[in-house]
Amino acid sequence: MAAAKTRTSTFSRNLSTASPSHGPGLKCGPNGTVFLSSGIPDLDKILGGGFPLGSLVMVMEDAEAPHHMLLLRNFMAQGLVLGQHLLYSSPARDPRGFLGTLPSPAASKDDKPRERDPDQEKGLRIAWQYKKYFGENQLDGQRGSLSLVYSLFILLAGPLCEHGADGKHEYSNEFDLRKPLERHFINGPRIDCVSIQDCPDLSTLRDRCATFLSQFPRNDGSISCAGRIAIQSFCAPQCAYSNMEWDMLSFIRSLKSMVRSSNSVAIITFPPSLLSPSFCKRWQHMADTLLSVKAIQDEDKELAQLLTGYQDMVGFLNVHKVARINTQVPVILEATTFSIKLQKRRYLVLECLNQAPVDGSSGTSYGTSGGCSSSSKTGNLDF
Amino acid sequence: MNQRSSNLLDEALGLDQVIEPWPLRGRVVAIEDQVETSGSFVLHHLLKRSLSPNSSNVTIFIAFSQPFSHYDRILRKLGCNLVSQRDNSRFFFFDMLKLQCPDGDEGITPEGGFIALYGKIHKTISALPEISWKNVSIIIDDLSLMEVAANGSSDYVLDFLHYCRTLTSEFDCSLITLNHEDIYSSEDRPTFFIQMEYIADILIKAEPLATGLATDVHGQLTVSNKGRNKVSNFHFKVKENVVECFYPGRS
Repeated sequence: MAAAKTRTSTFSRNLSTASPSHGPGLKCGPNGTVFLSSGIPDLDKILGGGFPLGSLVMVMEDAEAPHHMLLLRNFMAQGLVLGQHLLYSSPARDPRGFLGTLPSPAASKDDKPRERDPDQEKGLRIAWQYKKYFGENQLDGQRGSLSLVYSLFILLAGPLCEHGADGKHEYSNEFDLRKPLERHFINGPRIDCVSIQDCPDLSTLRDRCATFLSQFPRNDGSISCAGRIAIQSFCAPQCAYSNMEWDMLSFIRSLKSMVRSSNSVAIITFPPSLLSPSFCKRWQHMADTLLSVKAIQDEDKELAQLLTGYQDMVGFLNVHKVARINTQVPVILEATTFSIKLQKRRYLVLECLNQAPVDGSSGTSYGTSGGCSSSSKTGNLDF
Repeated sequence: MNQRSSNLLDEALGLDQVIEPWPLRGRVVAIEDQVETSGSFVLHHLLKRSLSPNSSNVTIFIAFSQPFSHYDRILRKLGCNLVSQRDNSRFFFFDMLKLQCPDGDEGITPEGGFIALYGKIHKTISALPEISWKNVSIIIDDLSLMEVAANGSSDYVLDFLHYCRTLTSEFDCSLITLNHEDIYSSEDRPTFFIQMEYIADILIKAEPLATGLATDVHGQLTVSNKGRNKVSNFHFKVKENVVECFYPGRS
């Protein structure tokens, strides 16, 4: 939760009152930027509000698992639900078929996936790690001693919750991954699909993107509509241009410059292992927001011991770079690795990693065994 | 405090004592950064210094990575109004975001590409009164995108840079470039990168701390000044209105 803290100053402008009116699904951010939602409320919080309009988001795929699809699906579905235009391109022969797999917003407020009851969530966040040491009834007794810590949590978390709740009904939704999006959203004229499998070069895709983006020119007035571009597995080997590395780079560059001057956000996912290391770095430099996803190996006993809630996790999300538009100050997150969880097998949730307490019977102290083993065994995770 | 802290970078660059005549004149400054730590704040800082009200510097900014509005907002927070400087003919902004030399060969033809860009720069400088020739800074953001615009023909970019370098001797102006170090670290012989480091008189490296990113220290800067044969190393923290520089452990 602490990761959502982006402002370091105690004084902050009340953005909601000063903002000019925007269309649905848009909200004002700092430095004259306007955010749209990623479709995952937790990711919005982590990034400080969402993806800023005019930014290019790049997601590094896990070569063996389709976790990037989770991000893409929610991003696309969120746009369609809000009536925003969408351009989707993938190396599949029929990209439109993918639209059938988009998730639908969670039905009603009662069906809200997370109980916002602070007793359930915040209070237990601390006790939770030690749950396995207590019986259920003992836990109740312990709660009193934790009340001080708990009230601190409320103090810290209070403003954040408010920020998310005040009149932002139209901004983002929770999505139920097991319920397909209703057909009338998918069949609208606002969706453009491009297959990049048969394109010999990237000029077709570039033209399609240019026509698409010309619908959302940037002028300083209020923004009525925003566009979303989702390009899946951009350098996949089945694309004819996949060995033309400079061409792909200049496509990304021209896409970025087109997106910058329009009210839209583009997401490109790519498998970094298919690029040479130096080109991979070039791609990463291109991104305004850079994320990567990683699957969890089945039955990784070491990790299971190290992390609480391991059984619900499906993978990890890494935030490498947060968009810095109109500012030179970097966004430093308190944590950059988050676990991707499917709550009740329906809802996508991102959480900070919580290190499980080391078993007391092992005899070593917490500092030595817990701290060192975590850094040496799972080098790419930071807590 | 601000006065003191921002001076560490200025000190290393020789900007702390006199701003007139421009201490970087005739010099090539190369800034290098990485994915984790952007070095663009050094560009902004130098731009701000060169446009400071008590100097008569002229800056030519060649932007491949961001539109004008981005720099305008940042510099405004640093206390420098780019729009009014542009109106005063002290700031020239070349928006190269859409520049594309599809085949390297077209870069040779005088109409398009880098030759035309060089021609524009040369014309801009020649049009200035002779007295301000010495005080011109050419800033390029950034070189890796220039390579992309040339579709991978780094030689054209190098040629362009060498041309620009002749400007530093012809008019005694300064050339400031940004590039990304980590792109070239995996290459066998990154000719382009090595040559750029070679022609640079001052090399500024922005790196993340080995211990990772922190809110108090955003990274470290290493400034190697070939002219003065001096290397200085310090930590920095980037804020909206100032860059704080301090020696390790004194944040």
